[in-house]
Amino acid sequence: MSVRTDTRAPIVELIGITKTFPGVLANDRIDLTLRRGEVHCLLGENGAGKSTLIGILSGLLRPDAGKILIEGVQTPVSSPRVALELGIGTVPQHSALIPALTVLENLMLGDNRRFRLDEAGARRRLAEVAGTLGVEVDGDAKASELALGHQQQVEIVKALWRGSRVLILDEPTSMLTPQAIAELGKVLGRLKEQGQAVIFITHKLHEALSLGDRISILRQGRLAGRIDGQTLRSTAHEEVRAEIVRIMFGEEARTVADLAELRQELVVGDAGGQVDAAAETVLELRTVSAPGEGAELGIDDVSLELRQGEILGVAGVDGNGQRALAEVIAGQRAAAQGQVLLYGGPVTRLSVSARQKLGLRYVTDDRLGEGIVGVLPVGLNLFLKRVGERPFWRRGRIQRAVIAEQAGQLIDRFDVRTPSVDTRIATLSGGNVQKVLLARELSFDPKVVVFHKPTYGLDVKTTATVRSLIGRLAQGGGAALVISTDLDELLEICDRIAVLSRGRLVGTVPNRSGAAEEVGRLLLGDSGAEEAA
Amino acid sequence: MLIRSVVPVVLALVAGGILLLGLGRNPLTFYGDIWKGGIEQGGWQDSAIRMAPFLLIAAGLTVIFRANIWNLGYNGQFLLAAALVSGYAPSLVKDVSLWIAFPVLFLLAAGVGAVWTIVPALLKAFYGTNEIITTLMMSFIGVDVASILIKSPSAFHDPSTPLPQTAVISRLLPNIPGTRIHIGLLVAFAAILVVHYVMTRTSWGLKLQIMGANPRAARHFGISLPRLIVGSFLVSGALVGLAAAADILGLWGYVRTSQPFNYGDSVIPFVFLARLNALAVVPFIAFYSVLSTGGDLAASNASLPSDFLLVLVALILLFMTVIEYMGRRRELGQSYLTPGLKQALRAPLIRRQTA
Repeated sequence: MSVRTDTRAPIVELIGITKTFPGVLANDRIDLTLRRGEVHCLLGENGAGKSTLIGILSGLLRPDAGKILIEGVQTPVSSPRVALELGIGTVPQHSALIPALTVLENLMLGDNRRFRLDEAGARRRLAEVAGTLGVEVDGDAKASELALGHQQQVEIVKALWRGSRVLILDEPTSMLTPQAIAELGKVLGRLKEQGQAVIFITHKLHEALSLGDRISILRQGRLAGRIDGQTLRSTAHEEVRAEIVRIMFGEEARTVADLAELRQELVVGDAGGQVDAAAETVLELRTVSAPGEGAELGIDDVSLELRQGEILGVAGVDGNGQRALAEVIAGQRAAAQGQVLLYGGPVTRLSVSARQKLGLRYVTDDRLGEGIVGVLPVGLNLFLKRVGERPFWRRGRIQRAVIAEQAGQLIDRFDVRTPSVDTRIATLSGGNVQKVLLARELSFDPKVVVFHKPTYGLDVKTTATVRSLIGRLAQGGGAALVISTDLDELLEICDRIAVLSRGRLVGTVPNRSGAAEEVGRLLLGDSGAEEAA
Repeated sequence: MLIRSVVPVVLALVAGGILLLGLGRNPLTFYGDIWKGGIEQGGWQDSAIRMAPFLLIAAGLTVIFRANIWNLGYNGQFLLAAALVSGYAPSLVKDVSLWIAFPVLFLLAAGVGAVWTIVPALLKAFYGTNEIITTLMMSFIGVDVASILIKSPSAFHDPSTPLPQTAVISRLLPNIPGTRIHIGLLVAFAAILVVHYVMTRTSWGLKLQIMGANPRAARHFGISLPRLIVGSFLVSGALVGLAAAADILGLWGYVRTSQPFNYGDSVIPFVFLARLNALAVVPFIAFYSVLSTGGDLAASNASLPSDFLLVLVALILLFMTVIEYMGRRRELGQSYLTPGLKQALRAPLIRRQTA
């Protein structure tokens, strides 16, 4: 890293940015300064106001008060197009590339200065931008065929396409493998050398510490604290980390019992491996194959066993058959071949609701897309897997009092923060939606629960809560299958970790010291690891 | 919400008034004639008679639109049911007790309407075929089959007349005591109440709503989509069929091929204005019934074709779309106008300032 000082001229200054939504003060007089050649990390819990702030900078939202200075001149960023013209590029959290088009076509899409498409020019520009980033991008590849890390590189190229000064990366690492994250780190280095200012939004402390030159922490819509470059370089990471936790959760965090769990989250533990080998097998897959969907792979000849009291992790890069695996167990997708057994009995042909009644549950990763019905109230959403069943419905007639009462209990038990049971669920934050899903799946005698990316996109506190719920389920005699792309998570909570690659289970590793390396080797396609199912 | 439903109607009446001015007619006279024809001097009874089929169609569309399925084949379903009812009714009302004849005819109509949705329903349920296209196609076929039935001497054509029409039914539905309004209107109100109850209080209604709002979630919750799709189609078609029975047995007494039985086209905007709420649709349908009853008089007084009323309906739809769009933007905390539009509006002013 080159030596730099804090006296560089600011390229963008946000001053006193305030934005309210009905009932929510999303941004409260936030100041933020971006400088050339610096990665500015924006850290905060869900609902802290990061997305709103970024939305304002990228022209999607208009602030109620405050101003934006660009190179010292006050400039209104009134629309995304104006933002682009000002050189503010955004890389969205989820790829917005059009899957059916090639990389080159995707890149040319944003360029409507001329009527005719200039393919040769675009090719030259792609070579130029990719060269400065130090990445290789195949312009003729279809976007749908790219791995997520490569899609993100294309998004970065796209953001830089028309000459950018400020690059916004919205949780760029959430979908990436460790290798791809390392790659992204290098790209960030190149961007800094060229004098780009980068805003890097993340939940993860260690990323902020390793990739950021400066950290701003948002909390409840306010700028709760800042760590400048000087401090970051000169102070030990452990101290900075403690300071950030204090800023993020306030002084009361020390007294909250959660803190113990919080600490646990920050330190990769060496748990697991203690399940009795004689314990009963509760869920078994025998050579199950199922088709994929769109760009996602299906599963091919997958066999696995889950024992009582066990937490089995499934590691792998997103899109390698995770969804097919989860859905074939839950009953949402038909198996093309093979058998699913619950307590030794075949359930392969049973419907979703029949499996649900047997205690087989599925916490989906697509919380908003399929986990809830946004227009319905929180209370009703808690029981949407039991529509028509007693005691919530009698002879097809809804029993509103019963639903309200039981919903109230679940909301208390799972600490769902909602104004009332009648609030439309779409207005809740991501963490609270996940708590609703957990309340739904973990009530009424759950036995075997499939968790698909259970903590994806959640803040540190909720993440800790979710993980402890999974632990409690296993201790209480249940069993959990945790599918996650976050290897740290699996290492922390699982007893064994199976590795899913290209739709196949390529190996299973007991979670003991050295497991991370073994899983990594399996992920990279090294067949040297042991097979212990 | 009420404002968003009423404002488009008011705007459409204002815009329609401006249009009338442009055509050299006095809008106040025109709307006054509508009032006279649709409400005064027993006109309200004619309006109420028109309400019966409108309400039943609205009930049928409400059910299926809630499921986010677009049954646009109501014209075929209606006309086919009407043709069969008018075909069998003349002999049936003579031979059997009316207590049996009318219920049987209503059931027949419901059955015909439902059957005519089966092809689109199965295609949608098992192959995901776009129902907008299949229901429209089935509608064209239905209309043509109905017209063959009406014209063909071997089917329902009345041999005593050269006109393409069925024999006149000798006994029509009884009236509500003290009025000229036939009891088909009561059937319609009953259907509205039942639909409202089913949609708001029962598990089937909730499942339909879930499927309409988020079909992927429905799959996740273990709700069987094919069964729901077919079920909602059958109910919708049956209610449209009932509309035909009420209209034929209560008002017309026969079917002629030239009759414009495209009620559904005018009912659709009001189903949306009522936000797919079966109870809320009643005042809108009442409004439209008055408009169309009085509109016939008003249009002939102003020597305009009665199609002018469809212009008013279209204006309501247009303004509804605009109001809805602006309301959505407001809900999202954005300004009413898009930035581009604002810029375009401001540009001339700014240019003038700088010049």
